[in-house]
Amino acid sequence: MDALATEAIRNAVIAGLLGAVAAGVIGVYIVIRRMVSISGSVAHASLSGVGLGLIASINPLIGALILTPAAAVGMGIIVKRTRLPEDTAIGMLWATGMAVGVILAALAHDTSDLSIYLFGDILSVPSADLILMGALDVVIVLSAIRFYREFLSISFDEEFSQIVGVAAAPLYFFVLFLIALTVVTLLRVAGILLVIALLVIPAALSRRLTFSLRKMMMLACLFSALFTISGLFISLQLQLPSGAVIAILCGVTFVVFLILSRFRNRANRSVNS
Amino acid sequence: MANEVVRLEDVWVYFDGTAILEGVNLSVESGDFLGIIGPNGGGKTTLLKVILGLIKPSKGTVSVIDGTENQNHARVGYVPQYALFDREFPISVWQVVLTARYHRGWFPPGYSKEDKEIALGALQTTGMAGFAGRQIGQLSGGQQQRVLIARALTTRPELLLLDEPTASIDPDMQAEFYQLLERLKKEMAIVMVSHDITAISIYVDKMACLNRRLVYHGSKEITPEALEATYRCPVQLIAHGDIPHRVLKEHDR
Repeated sequence: MDALATEAIRNAVIAGLLGAVAAGVIGVYIVIRRMVSISGSVAHASLSGVGLGLIASINPLIGALILTPAAAVGMGIIVKRTRLPEDTAIGMLWATGMAVGVILAALAHDTSDLSIYLFGDILSVPSADLILMGALDVVIVLSAIRFYREFLSISFDEEFSQIVGVAAAPLYFFVLFLIALTVVTLLRVAGILLVIALLVIPAALSRRLTFSLRKMMMLACLFSALFTISGLFISLQLQLPSGAVIAILCGVTFVVFLILSRFRNRANRSVNS
Repeated sequence: MANEVVRLEDVWVYFDGTAILEGVNLSVESGDFLGIIGPNGGGKTTLLKVILGLIKPSKGTVSVIDGTENQNHARVGYVPQYALFDREFPISVWQVVLTARYHRGWFPPGYSKEDKEIALGALQTTGMAGFAGRQIGQLSGGQQQRVLIARALTTRPELLLLDEPTASIDPDMQAEFYQLLERLKKEMAIVMVSHDITAISIYVDKMACLNRRLVYHGSKEITPEALEATYRCPVQLIAHGDIPHRVLKEHDR
């Protein structure tokens, strides 16, 4: 294997691990607060940031880092300040955010690069992006530690948390902001269209294994890392797109897990009866 | 002398142009055990949320006053209507109760020894100390209810608000539940709302009827007219003597 390929694989492994941290920690919040659809919408809107990067000739990840949080918070404002149903607001941002990205990329005469961000390409992550992903991970993990108690309280019972003085409304926007950062961290790994698999499935798996939020986050990080790394090597072996392989691994694992737990429940029931 | 804990003056609440509360006046003093009855949709939960500050009234004033004078806000404990929270939610009974000891600030300290003692005491009061390590969704409806009461008590309330507390309790658990309230009312004012007249009227000291307007009764003697005005239909009445018994209003022939 030549040096270039070795470096690409090394970067891919690091990217997979860095992405797994963000996905595991924030994915758990997304799942327990039932913010899956809004996260999907934020992910799609991040294409506008990629388009901004292409037209401004800067790193598209930087473009995404500018526009994705803006889109996410704007979304929060629409949900909280208007009487639109949440899923209507989600649908609006979903399509318009993507459309902006496609048009910006077309204006930049550079639509070829879009597919890297739409579907992810873990084998093409430059070192500069790894540094950005690492920095985002630090912000995400520190925020999750600092606001652990607040997020737990709001997610369990938002009204009660407000009564005891938790600033639930600002923290809702902060969670959206963190979801945006997580999406940016995962853009290169899983891509806009497939990122939701890494946000939801590791968290959903770990939820079935523990009732502690902290352990859930650690397990979800572990599952995510397992999916990104094994997905990377399977895609190398089979010469298939890495983002899609990672997403399929997530889905297949979850289905197998569901079937196994059903068998176990049935076994328990027959033992009990 | 009893201190006033809550005072509502001419409170109006509108949602989408529809009045939910119309000119409500209410005064609760420390030591009161007030039952508010009324039909579903009559504004009971809204009234509690107005007291809690979760809903700002469109008109009128709400004052929650502390009797001890070193704070101007009384602590209000809230037991929501049986919460339809996710049974798989990853939180233990102990963590649920501790959420009531939240400290504000940019870098708040962790839960202190005092916080934990208060939380443990509340769990003991409601008989749930043995379940502290359990995940909340594994408990029965009645047990979850007692955890939510413990959580409210952990705020060290001077006023306890209960929203339809009997909805999730088995009938044979209700006596035990009211015994708990009997003990608690020595330490705090209690306001309980329910559409279940029979359950409420045996135990509370004062009653009010709420159907957008609040008809307050200083004592528990509610006239058939007041109830009919609230429910707009003939209802059963309960009389209080040495032995609680039920008096059925005669039907019109």
